[in-house]
Amino acid sequence: MTDQSGPMTSASVIPVYDDEVVRKFVVATIFWGVIGFAAGVLIAFQLAFPALNLDLEWTSFGRLRPVHTSAVIFAFGGNILIGTTLFIVQRTSKVSLFGGSGLAHVVFWGYQAFIVMAALSYVLGFSQSKEYAEPEWFIDLWLTIIWVIYLVIFAGTIFIRKEKHIYVANWFFLAFILTIAMLHIVNNLAVPVSWTGAKSYILWSGVQDAMTQWWYGHNAVGFFLTAGFLGMMYYFIPKQAERPVYSYRLSVVHFWSITFLYIWAGPHHLHYTALPDWTQTLGMTFSVMLWMPSWGGMINGFMTLSGAWDKLRTDPTLRFLVTSVGFYGMSTFEGPLMSIKAVNSLSHYTDWTIGHVHSGALGWNAFISFGALYYLVPKLWGRERLYSLRLVNTHFWIATVGIVLYISSMWVSGIMQGLMWRTYDELGFLQYSFIETVEAMHPYYVIRGTGGVLFLIGSLIMVYNLVKTMKGHVRNEAPIGASTAKA
Amino acid sequence: MANVEKDAISGQETTGHEWDGIKELNTPMPKWWLYTYYVCIVFAVGYWVVYPAWPTLSSYTKGTGGYSSRGEHDADLAAQKQSRSAWTSKFAAMNVDEIGGDRQLLNYAMAGGKIIFAENCAPCHGTAGSGAPGYPILADDDWIWGGTRDAIHTTVAFGVRSGHDETRESEMPNFLGDEILNKAQIADVAEYIMSLSDGSISSDGVERGAVVFEEQCSACHGEDGKGLPELGGPNLTDAIWLYSKSKEAIATQVSAPKHGVMPAWTGRLSDVEIKQVSLYVHSLGGGQ
Repeated sequence: MTDQSGPMTSASVIPVYDDEVVRKFVVATIFWGVIGFAAGVLIAFQLAFPALNLDLEWTSFGRLRPVHTSAVIFAFGGNILIGTTLFIVQRTSKVSLFGGSGLAHVVFWGYQAFIVMAALSYVLGFSQSKEYAEPEWFIDLWLTIIWVIYLVIFAGTIFIRKEKHIYVANWFFLAFILTIAMLHIVNNLAVPVSWTGAKSYILWSGVQDAMTQWWYGHNAVGFFLTAGFLGMMYYFIPKQAERPVYSYRLSVVHFWSITFLYIWAGPHHLHYTALPDWTQTLGMTFSVMLWMPSWGGMINGFMTLSGAWDKLRTDPTLRFLVTSVGFYGMSTFEGPLMSIKAVNSLSHYTDWTIGHVHSGALGWNAFISFGALYYLVPKLWGRERLYSLRLVNTHFWIATVGIVLYISSMWVSGIMQGLMWRTYDELGFLQYSFIETVEAMHPYYVIRGTGGVLFLIGSLIMVYNLVKTMKGHVRNEAPIGASTAKA
Repeated sequence: MANVEKDAISGQETTGHEWDGIKELNTPMPKWWLYTYYVCIVFAVGYWVVYPAWPTLSSYTKGTGGYSSRGEHDADLAAQKQSRSAWTSKFAAMNVDEIGGDRQLLNYAMAGGKIIFAENCAPCHGTAGSGAPGYPILADDDWIWGGTRDAIHTTVAFGVRSGHDETRESEMPNFLGDEILNKAQIADVAEYIMSLSDGSISSDGVERGAVVFEEQCSACHGEDGKGLPELGGPNLTDAIWLYSKSKEAIATQVSAPKHGVMPAWTGRLSDVEIKQVSLYVHSLGGGQ
């Protein structure tokens, strides 16, 4: 299968790229995305209406929550990351995949097997009880093998590239793949109880385990959800806007700053715990120093639009990409803010954290993924254009309203919760009991769930639009921006 | 560089590289961005000077501010203890009746007791003592173990069937299992007990049940069925039921009684807190 789209840039011959596996990753992304969003909606309503736990162990919140987080981060996010890295690295290296299509398919099927094993194990009650690292030892080993093959394919393709320089997107991708390998292995070092059983014990204990876990957990955010997706941003925004990247120098400085600083930031998840004060200080200060390096990516994303802002009026795909950068900027300001101990003493353990995570996850990761999907599907399936740009626009607005409902309700709920926990009456007694804070959050849980429903509906519109596009249908509709003043 | 061009829109030069049609401008880093980055770094370094920050071989840099989160926590607790000492010392020295007679101290008992109750007691007894099947309502004047301040204080401090040395303890006999009564007698006595709170019921069963009650039940529930708080025998003549009101439910309880357990709060709450929450419970509606 040959992809001949995109501007022809130089005299050299464009090789035949391995796109079959990318198409599979795209389909997997869409499939797992809908599952992950639906699981999120269900558990959101379980919090508002506990009867939805159905009184069954397999459908209880505690087991479904990791199904949701793993489905959206590792299944939806992971598939779009692996798919786009394989798409981009070929085009920016001007070679087909190292190891060929067969090896890439090993990664594809191996990774899907990892997802299915992980989800089944959670529902059946197996967990390492480490957030975002719940799968037990044998699933971890499986993922390690698949991930190393992925690294070999990616690094090998870079190694045999026909371009002299390595494009900025690929720096970020390589940082993402290498760091995730290191984090995954170290955080999951465990001793199985037996070779035939699922249960294992983590090698670390006590506060060392907590520190290792959040070194892992925060850098999963830093290198999976930030570095990896920044790589996507550095390809899809200039392509879709048809403009050069704003600043090469900025990309160099913010890339090295992010990779150096992020790895220290994990302790801010453990403020005011048994973690030593000096470790908390380092976690906080490195998080504060991360603010500008993170914003370097936002600036490069936004400013690449210089001279092409008018395209936002007519191109809803670009709207997704650019709005994602806006949410990225907002979340990477909020993150350092919440890492400051005085702020954290209010925000920690409250819904504010959940709101923060979702402004990043829905606004940044999912929106840039939607933009990438709308870019990729016509190209990968050899279609002139998407089935309907108007449906992309509908998806954009429904999802945006959903995100706003989600994050604003969680801000209000989280800050209210934090304040209620610490409010004393005039005689010096706690004003509210825990159960009163739970009751007070109920309406916000309903609003949050409603936001999730909108986000899910938007994704179903996308599924319809993309399936139609794959089949080669084109909707008869008025072009966007021409007849309406919507912007 | 070989292919450096000038971008017509921004006026910036490109770096001369190109990948899949993507070029890069050589725009300098924005000044505001760079200076804000520097300010954040300076803030971090300043913070390291003042606060504990960097590990050394066997210790860590303590910082010039003398801060430790443990120290901050201890100071907070000490300040709170100090500010409360004015009334907690009185609470410690006085019994619940004396505290209840002092309007100002009673205010502290109510404010503190409310939150202590909500965090510790409400899971079983309901918010504001509304009760639940098997968990007595505390907002009425029906007291299994007595409703005076002192009686409530004893119940809270030592619990019911809690295993504490001074626990409240009562055990209703297993009338059917131990073959004290047969099923017909139990049906009769259940009917009689129903009639105690509902005068409209009258039957042969009620009359036979009255005899059984006199012989088997009155020792703990009283001759008139109005209960004996000193023995923990509940009042059976009112409309308030610990489990539920029906002949079947009463027969079930007589046949194979359930015995609820309340923990002793001594050791879980401080003596002052137990006094506060006892006075709060006394105030809920039915204190005697």
